[in-house]
Amino acid sequence: MFKSIKSLIIVGLASLTLVACSQQGGGAGSKKSKTLDNTKKAGFVKCGVSQGLPGFSNADASGNWTGIDVDVCRAVAAAVLGDADKVKYTPLSAKERFTALTSGEIDILSRNTTWTLSRDADIGLTFVGVNFYDGQGFMVRKNSGINSVKDFKSGISACTNTGTTTELNMRDFFNSNNISYEPIAFEKADEVVQAYDAGRCDTYTTDKSGLAAQRTKMSNPDDHKVLPETISKEPLGPVVRQGDAVWEDIVRWSLNIMIEAEEYGVNSSNASSLKDSENPQIKRLVGSEGELGSAFGLDNEWSLRIIEQVGNYGEIYEKHIASTGIMPDRGPNELWTKGGILYVAPAR
Amino acid sequence: MNFKNPKTLIPQIITVVSLVSIISYFAFNAQVNMGNRGISFGYGFLSQEASFDIGFSLIDYDGSMSYARAFLVGLLNTLLVSIIGIFFATLIGVTVGIGRLSTNYLIAKAAEVYVEIFRNIPLLLQLFFWYYAALRALPLPQDAINIFDVSYLTVKGWYVPKFLWTNFSVFLSSILASIIAIIFVAKYAKKQREDIGKHVPTFTISFGILILFPLLTFLVGGVTLNFQVPVLSQMSTTIFNFKGGVSIIPELISLAIALSMYTATFIAENVRAGILGVTKGQKEAAASIGLTKGQILKLVVMPQALRIIIPPTTNQYLNLTKNSSLAAAIAYPDIVLVFAGTALMQTGRAVEIISITMGTYLFISLCISTFMNWYNKSVAIKEK
Repeated sequence: MFKSIKSLIIVGLASLTLVACSQQGGGAGSKKSKTLDNTKKAGFVKCGVSQGLPGFSNADASGNWTGIDVDVCRAVAAAVLGDADKVKYTPLSAKERFTALTSGEIDILSRNTTWTLSRDADIGLTFVGVNFYDGQGFMVRKNSGINSVKDFKSGISACTNTGTTTELNMRDFFNSNNISYEPIAFEKADEVVQAYDAGRCDTYTTDKSGLAAQRTKMSNPDDHKVLPETISKEPLGPVVRQGDAVWEDIVRWSLNIMIEAEEYGVNSSNASSLKDSENPQIKRLVGSEGELGSAFGLDNEWSLRIIEQVGNYGEIYEKHIASTGIMPDRGPNELWTKGGILYVAPAR
Repeated sequence: MNFKNPKTLIPQIITVVSLVSIISYFAFNAQVNMGNRGISFGYGFLSQEASFDIGFSLIDYDGSMSYARAFLVGLLNTLLVSIIGIFFATLIGVTVGIGRLSTNYLIAKAAEVYVEIFRNIPLLLQLFFWYYAALRALPLPQDAINIFDVSYLTVKGWYVPKFLWTNFSVFLSSILASIIAIIFVAKYAKKQREDIGKHVPTFTISFGILILFPLLTFLVGGVTLNFQVPVLSQMSTTIFNFKGGVSIIPELISLAIALSMYTATFIAENVRAGILGVTKGQKEAAASIGLTKGQILKLVVMPQALRIIIPPTTNQYLNLTKNSSLAAAIAYPDIVLVFAGTALMQTGRAVEIISITMGTYLFISLCISTFMNWYNKSVAIKEK
């Protein structure tokens, strides 16, 4: 009997080694971009978006996605595939988003995601930039008599989303102000809105842009208001998987091009006519000077396509955020030259 | 197992080898891919600060405690709703199951309608109904439904008086002592019945012990009990809430109602099957020796019916426990929402957290089924 058990173990070990040998380590970090190759092969960019946040990523009745987060993916599609519409959108909950990215289900996560140290360093992700500077705020009923976060008293109940930085900031805020509170965390934004609307909680807290957008979904939007205070920094931006430096650069510079284009006054309607501009920086932006695209393995018109098909940052902000009434005032999301903090490295 | 005979040995080796290979393939594959994507693996994060709060907890918890503590909070919440669910599901199930066999047409039909409705609507929908439709219709705290001025029902939860004990441990040990005493009484009664055929009124004695012992602690043990009644307090012009007392959150109430109403239908059918499974002759024989209706049910039908009822009911208990993970859909902070949700998101450690969560459910399920198997054995036919 002992003999048989021993042979069992030996066979088991042998099969283990066999399995181990047949594995191939997928090499990463080489000059070639696996993600870029796969995207070109598939013919579309795999983009992770929210489950519906007006202004950022929201699908209309016929399933067309719009918003400034969506436009980051569209810009990459324009640069890589030549057509901004070649994007496949995957709506993700806050909880699913990072796993979807690290597992390869999507290649860009552009879903109002806050850039934090632990996310950037810990879980196989790389943040490539910021497309919206936000901060967390509170929404309350207008008739509640609360006009400032200083009016909050112990025993208040606050609704928010699970798995967000909001949940953490909320704790920091209430704790540092010595207010005991009841947190109620839902998985979907719609559930939070519903719970707050029904009176389950006294205040609803998330990013201010989100509050403004979600207010439109309330049964009576005019009954609610957003408190003036901002309790956190929420730089929102696109995220890619760690380990594909070329893809990371493509996404980063697709975003940067849109911001830089606004800075130099290049927009979707005048871009092609600026090919003969006297300003060499504008010429580089529209691809008539320099070889910027070749660094990523793209042609020289990649940036021109982004500007023509998607627009510059000012245009997309106006279209999705300002004209929809979510945040008409650009605040920190204004160019550095105009008093904001949008400042990107030069494309040269 | 026969290790000598090669005919039986070879299939066993093949099974073991393929099982080991499959598991190690997946483990290795996960390891290689996680390595490639720059994701580290380890359970060290459990001791890190969780830094998120949980709205409902049975033990002391705040965000400055570890992820392991948050896990424990979630686990206890899962156990709480499962125990409440199992208790009420059994209560409703047995009542409805017996009701379906009633000779009273109205009772039998009502029980049947109940079973058919609640068995055939998906549990998640029922959960949504209770949470979003039924409990959301409750009034705000300032217009609360007042129950005898001590308890209030509102959209924010059900507020009940808080028990303020002094010397609670004395009281608890008196309960334990009475349970031990009751076990002895039961053993003694059984021995008396078997040895000299004398009937000892076990139930009356046990009931007396259960009242007497704890009562004594109040009189001489220095145990006191006070109630703190919830009081409405105003936090701003229109925001009110109850303070003092205990709040039973609507998420817990709706989850417990949905789970017990749904599972009760299956238990009712098990009970009905069990009772019908006892042959008519048994009841007639019992009646012919002069037993009353109650005695027939207690002494003849139930002992035999239990053997049929228990194994499928164990399944229902397991189902209920696992179904409690639907809590995540209505923000009840159970293990799935707290640990496999928030903690997973904040740490990004999907493989570790999902493996712990799966292991936990497996462990709970195995505990329940071990207990039920033990109980089943104790009521099974004993061959002498």
